[in-house]
Amino acid sequence: MASGSKKSYSVSDMIEQNSNKGFSLKIEKAIPWILFAIAGVSVLTTLGIVFTLIFETMTFFSRVSLFDFITGTKWYPFSIENPNYGILPLISGTLKITGIAVLVAVPIGLASAIYLSEYATDRSRRFIKPILEVLAGIPTIVYGFFALTFVTPFLKNFMPELSIFNALSPGIVVGVMIIPMIASLSEDAMSSVPNSIREGALAMGATKLEVAIKVVLPAAVSGIVASVVLAISRAIGETMIVTVAAGATPSLSWNLTDSIQTMTSYIVQVSTGDAGYGTTIYYSIYAVGFTLFLFTLAMNLLAQYISKRFREEY
Amino acid sequence: MKSFKHLAMSAMVGSALLLGACGANGGAEGNGEQLSGTVKVDGSSTVAPIAEAINEEYAGVQPDVKVSIGVSGSGGGFEKFIAGETDLSNASRPIKDEEKTSLEEAGIDFTEFKVANDGLSVVVNKENDWVEEMTMEDLRKLWLEDGKTKKWSDINPEWPDEEVKFYSPGTDSGTYDFFHEEVLEEKDMVRQNIQLSEDDNVLVTGVTGDKNAIGFFGYAHYLANKDQLKVVKIDGVEPTNETVESGDYPLSRPLFVYAKNESMKNNEAAYDYMKYTLENAGEMAEAVGYVSLQEDQYKEALETLEGLKK
Repeated sequence: MASGSKKSYSVSDMIEQNSNKGFSLKIEKAIPWILFAIAGVSVLTTLGIVFTLIFETMTFFSRVSLFDFITGTKWYPFSIENPNYGILPLISGTLKITGIAVLVAVPIGLASAIYLSEYATDRSRRFIKPILEVLAGIPTIVYGFFALTFVTPFLKNFMPELSIFNALSPGIVVGVMIIPMIASLSEDAMSSVPNSIREGALAMGATKLEVAIKVVLPAAVSGIVASVVLAISRAIGETMIVTVAAGATPSLSWNLTDSIQTMTSYIVQVSTGDAGYGTTIYYSIYAVGFTLFLFTLAMNLLAQYISKRFREEY
Repeated sequence: MKSFKHLAMSAMVGSALLLGACGANGGAEGNGEQLSGTVKVDGSSTVAPIAEAINEEYAGVQPDVKVSIGVSGSGGGFEKFIAGETDLSNASRPIKDEEKTSLEEAGIDFTEFKVANDGLSVVVNKENDWVEEMTMEDLRKLWLEDGKTKKWSDINPEWPDEEVKFYSPGTDSGTYDFFHEEVLEEKDMVRQNIQLSEDDNVLVTGVTGDKNAIGFFGYAHYLANKDQLKVVKIDGVEPTNETVESGDYPLSRPLFVYAKNESMKNNEAAYDYMKYTLENAGEMAEAVGYVSLQEDQYKEALETLEGLKK
């Protein structure tokens, strides 16, 4: 750059000089292919995972009927005399955790987002947002032991009937874990609502709260709902917290204070033992994994659909 | 505070096990020459954890000796032993008379080596003030699947009318197998309110945190968490080092390795592996959750083994 002040080139000279360099030209041409190949790696990985899941799941269903799997209300794979492979207890466990997590995370996440986008000064936003996002960086095993060794004993003070392994405490902690996701993405959506709309509403005599709730929130609804759906999908797939704190007792009930088992923690339970290759139990983790995959896939597609369908263009 | 203590305890136990394993590693050098060959081992899945732990260490000392450890169960192991397919046979029970006869008929001389003791411990919550002891019959009744939700009062009408929470080692563990064979006589274990885990710490956490819990695991693991648990006397006997070793505790049993004399004499790799096993079985047994024998029992066994070589 320093040379620029001494000599001056004309633009056409510079273009000529550059186009003489055959090597850089080759690079220019190769770059798209290199980038394509790199992008392909993740696509191939996804395909590989999906196909592995599908093949192993098919082996499972050659031994256990699909109908029993979907409609069965008993999940007793370890029984030697009479094993049952009905996925509903595991799904109910996963949904309990997800439900509690959503109840915790949506109000707190949304309130944080509204505060950050509508009320917070620049200074406090710069202070609060990173702290909120630190929550997203805490390893889930730490959250798990937080649930087991702090939240559960704490809740036991108010609910003596709470089991040491239960749905409530890990559900709440999973909720805490997904707060930053909802808060951060919703805040982005609300901040991108143009100021002119806010000012218009204020000029019409609306209070700040009315602007936030009745103007900004509806305008940003697609981003907010998408963030919630993504957070749900994260909660469904959450593994470590539920493995540590929710127990391993598959049961189909509405009870939140007893030990449960989620789809993810079942997979962990089997893989920490040495379930022999080729046993039905071994294949069952693929079937459960595939079910889990369908759930999260549906959630992600839903999020995409919502953010496109209800998008407000400015 | 209690749970913090548990965490600290688990950490301490974990590091103790680790140290134990390292110690075995350190003490295991010095045979000098490098051997090669194969050693075939089969038998009890209960002994397998010790055998596998020893094998892992042994692979570091004699990397060219290939040791294959099968888990066909004590009986299945003896079948192969009788057929002459294996050099060593692991067993969680003494050899049966008919198996002895078959071995004699096949012309196979063998020597019995005790490698460790196991005393499966049944534990309940500290706040549980009703269970002091159970008979084997009570234990079977409590843990057997019968289609109903188990309550304490099913076993003894004086016990509370509350649902029992079960904690059991996972189905892949030898401890589960032993319980399944000895207590349940190969019948199905309860299916409701039960939590299976391969991680013994989870079982301890569960039993510690739940007044209506009952669980079982290897004796060594009970010892490590003694302060937080209440052990149940079985047929009036409490598991201690003495009762487990003497066999007075009903759920205790010695664990054996049976060696083919001919292999000890002619297969140098098999002899060396057996020697290594006896030298390290105590530490390895404690590390994987069993009770070590007395030091001189191992010494005696080593002398017996040396005698086989001549």
